[in-house]
Amino acid sequence: MATSNSRTLARLMLFPSVVLLLAWMLVPLCMTLYFSFLDYNLLTPGNNAFIGFLNYEFFLTDPAFFASFFNTILLVGGVLLITLGGGIGLAILLDQAIWGRNYVRIMVLAPFFVMPTVSALVWKNMLMNPVNGLFAHFATWLGMSPIDFFAQIPLLSIIIIVSWQWLPFAALILLTSIQSLDREQLDAADLDGAGPFSKFYYIVLPHLSRAITAVILIETIFLLSIFAEILVTTSGGPGYESTNITYLIYTQSLLQFDVGGGSAGGIVAVIIANIVAIFLMRLIGKNLED
Amino acid sequence: MSIKNSHRSKIIYTFLAWTISSLIFFPILWTLITSFKTEAEAISASPSLFMFDWTLENYEEVLARSPYFNHFWNSIVISLGSSILGLLIAIPAAWSMAFVQTKRTKHLLMWMLSTKMLPPVGVLIPIYLLFRDFGLLDTKVGLVIVMTLINLPIMVWMLYTYFREIPSEVLEASRMDGANIAEEIWYVLLPIALPGIASTLLLTVILAWNEAFWTLILTAADAAPLTAFIASYSSPEGLFYAKLSAASMMAIVPILILGWFSQKQLVRGLSFGAVK
Amino acid sequence: MGSINLKQVTKDFGDVSVIKPIDLAIKDGEFIVFVGPSGCGKSTLLRMIAGLEDTTSGNIEIDGQDATDTPPAKRGLAMVFQSYALYPHMSVRNNIAFPLKRAKVSKAEIEKKIASVTKTLNLSDYLDRKPGQLSGGQRQRVAIGRAIVRQPSAFLFDEPLSNLDASLRVNMRLEISELHKTLATTMIYVTHDQVEAMTMADRIAVFNAGIIEQVGSPLELYNTPVNKFVAGFIGSPKMNFIAVEPTATDATCCLGIRPEHITISTTSGTWPGKVGVIEHLGSETFLHVHVEGKATFTVKAGGDCPYVYGDNIYLSAVENKMLHFDAAGITLPQQHASLVAI
Repeated sequence: MATSNSRTLARLMLFPSVVLLLAWMLVPLCMTLYFSFLDYNLLTPGNNAFIGFLNYEFFLTDPAFFASFFNTILLVGGVLLITLGGGIGLAILLDQAIWGRNYVRIMVLAPFFVMPTVSALVWKNMLMNPVNGLFAHFATWLGMSPIDFFAQIPLLSIIIIVSWQWLPFAALILLTSIQSLDREQLDAADLDGAGPFSKFYYIVLPHLSRAITAVILIETIFLLSIFAEILVTTSGGPGYESTNITYLIYTQSLLQFDVGGGSAGGIVAVIIANIVAIFLMRLIGKNLED
Repeated sequence: MSIKNSHRSKIIYTFLAWTISSLIFFPILWTLITSFKTEAEAISASPSLFMFDWTLENYEEVLARSPYFNHFWNSIVISLGSSILGLLIAIPAAWSMAFVQTKRTKHLLMWMLSTKMLPPVGVLIPIYLLFRDFGLLDTKVGLVIVMTLINLPIMVWMLYTYFREIPSEVLEASRMDGANIAEEIWYVLLPIALPGIASTLLLTVILAWNEAFWTLILTAADAAPLTAFIASYSSPEGLFYAKLSAASMMAIVPILILGWFSQKQLVRGLSFGAVK
Repeated sequence: MGSINLKQVTKDFGDVSVIKPIDLAIKDGEFIVFVGPSGCGKSTLLRMIAGLEDTTSGNIEIDGQDATDTPPAKRGLAMVFQSYALYPHMSVRNNIAFPLKRAKVSKAEIEKKIASVTKTLNLSDYLDRKPGQLSGGQRQRVAIGRAIVRQPSAFLFDEPLSNLDASLRVNMRLEISELHKTLATTMIYVTHDQVEAMTMADRIAVFNAGIIEQVGSPLELYNTPVNKFVAGFIGSPKMNFIAVEPTATDATCCLGIRPEHITISTTSGTWPGKVGVIEHLGSETFLHVHVEGKATFTVKAGGDCPYVYGDNIYLSAVENKMLHFDAAGITLPQQHASLVAI
């Protein structure tokens, strides 16, 4: 459809969104870029000298950067792996004929609605606390010594918490997708003598690929900037063991007031995110838009 | 498969599904139960599921200690305000993309979504400084603006996928019937797309309600929503489980109920049209 | 009033030209049908007349006024869409009232008009239903009601019957024809079904690949098609084509003969053939006859056709009913069948 009239109108109506997003993206980004070349510390005002790439040099050679870079990858990858694997399993299970499926659905979905600060606090104090936590009680009852989650396995603990938050999302999207699978395909496969595994591999999995793509895309967007869970539980520690890039930059700029260093970090984070974004966009470009 | 056999498998699957979903739901249930315990019972080494003295004192104390309703009101204003404002901006944009498609439409959508991938830390400092200079720190207006911008790409995309399912002939019919563009959107598009718009609104309300990066950084007291209210309970570690539980429940119950009511629409919308 | 004049109208989508320069004068009160295979540009031209598509070049005049750049809402035309395009959230009453409300017609006047329109269309019992609760035919009537209620200067129909089942289609065809007789308003009707075109039209415009091949009354097109395309498109079952070798005196490359213009004999005739599939329709019979070296002929015979599968018979053309086409498919003027070398 479309006449030149409606095309003009369309441009007009797109304008606010595009301009706002462009401003939201470009203005702060340019400022960040500018700050990243300055010796700019909020504690020592007035001395904002241009120092070239020094901030980047400091940031990129800081061992904390490598630690947090790998932590970010582990965090995103780990959560994706758990939620996708668990999600597919749950989706297949919930797709079976069971009693009370609606209640099961409601229970499974619930963690998605819990705000990150709450779920972090609940897990940290009531479940994972090495003295009073439920897991500790349970371990003691079994005669084992309780694990001090945030001291011994801080990153894994955070991965577990975040996976708990995102598993419902993955499971429900995959379940919806499985339910749209044409049952006749499975019947045909039955007639062709396919076992449950080949049915899953050749029919269910390919059918799920669009949904899996969507899950990867959306989760990655949110997981790259995990913040509250770390702030509330470990504050990035011990050392840098559970610091991701988001949290590292936060500590640099807002806790140490090093605007220049934090900005350099921010730009690095943007570049990393862009690489991921390009990769992801390719993926959805292929998979989502037919 | 025999009937007996399928009956047995139904029992097995039901058992499995209920076990797993109960495990997933358990942390929330446990928090709910703990919120009705005394502090002593809450940290007891042999915790009890139901056999304890139920009490409401934790809720009373949380209400007495912190301005809960203040935070609650802030959360409502910020999440609802930003979602409605976002809808006002996103609906025209989604109309354009869905009904006046050009070669650039797809790229534009991708670009919008890619702004969502821009890590907040990348713009943290400038936003903080801008907010400081414009006096927006710790104001609801400031947070509404930020939330609107954060959720705008998702809103445009969700609305776009909903709008695309509406046959363009219906809109053309309204044009033939003498409707101008405002009438076309108001009398025809919006009523037809109402379920989609509602689920978009719901989802962004939930996302904004739970957003915990900007709300923690850009607020202190006045405009602090429930995310910040609950974060303040992270300091006195391990001592006030029951009160922490009560506060947690008060922070999540509104959105939990909203989410349960709208789960079907939410899932569809969130998958960006990947599943129907 | 509802005359529509197309002057050198064209439409390009990017590099693709979907409407090549078209001139067409549609008279006030005329029922004109655009017919052609899918993708021939007939719907696009209708949408250009409606104002839903831009005109790349040329002019569209409505009632003598240049309306090329007038938005659809201001053209005073009404359209019935293939999918009916009813407003799913509105009752039948509100669907029909919608154009009147947009035109700021008073409430009392709206009520009066709805009452009269719904009475004409037998919709009075369904006024408070939503489109989703109506049958296909009822939806179609609501769409028509929505179109006629505002008394447009012309109606545009875009394949309105293609979503209905066969028997309903025949009924609606009659209803639309009836409507045209009572309203006497210009109607432009797009279809790919030549039966609809033949039965309803005052004039038919046959479209092919972005041009109009021929415009004329149904019988003109049937009896004197200008070329092989029109000859093959109009008429059901299709005209039989026989390839022939052109000679020095006769440029004929192809002969066309309609199924009803072939006579059957058991003893002698122009083409000897073997009876293939026979379709009995009761009132008439279609025989598919395999002619050695000349492919398959479709022949129309009476309802009590005595032949059976495998019979050997002879076919002949009724005199002066054979059409001659040259190498480019253009109909040649000569009609003397006796000269034909088979």
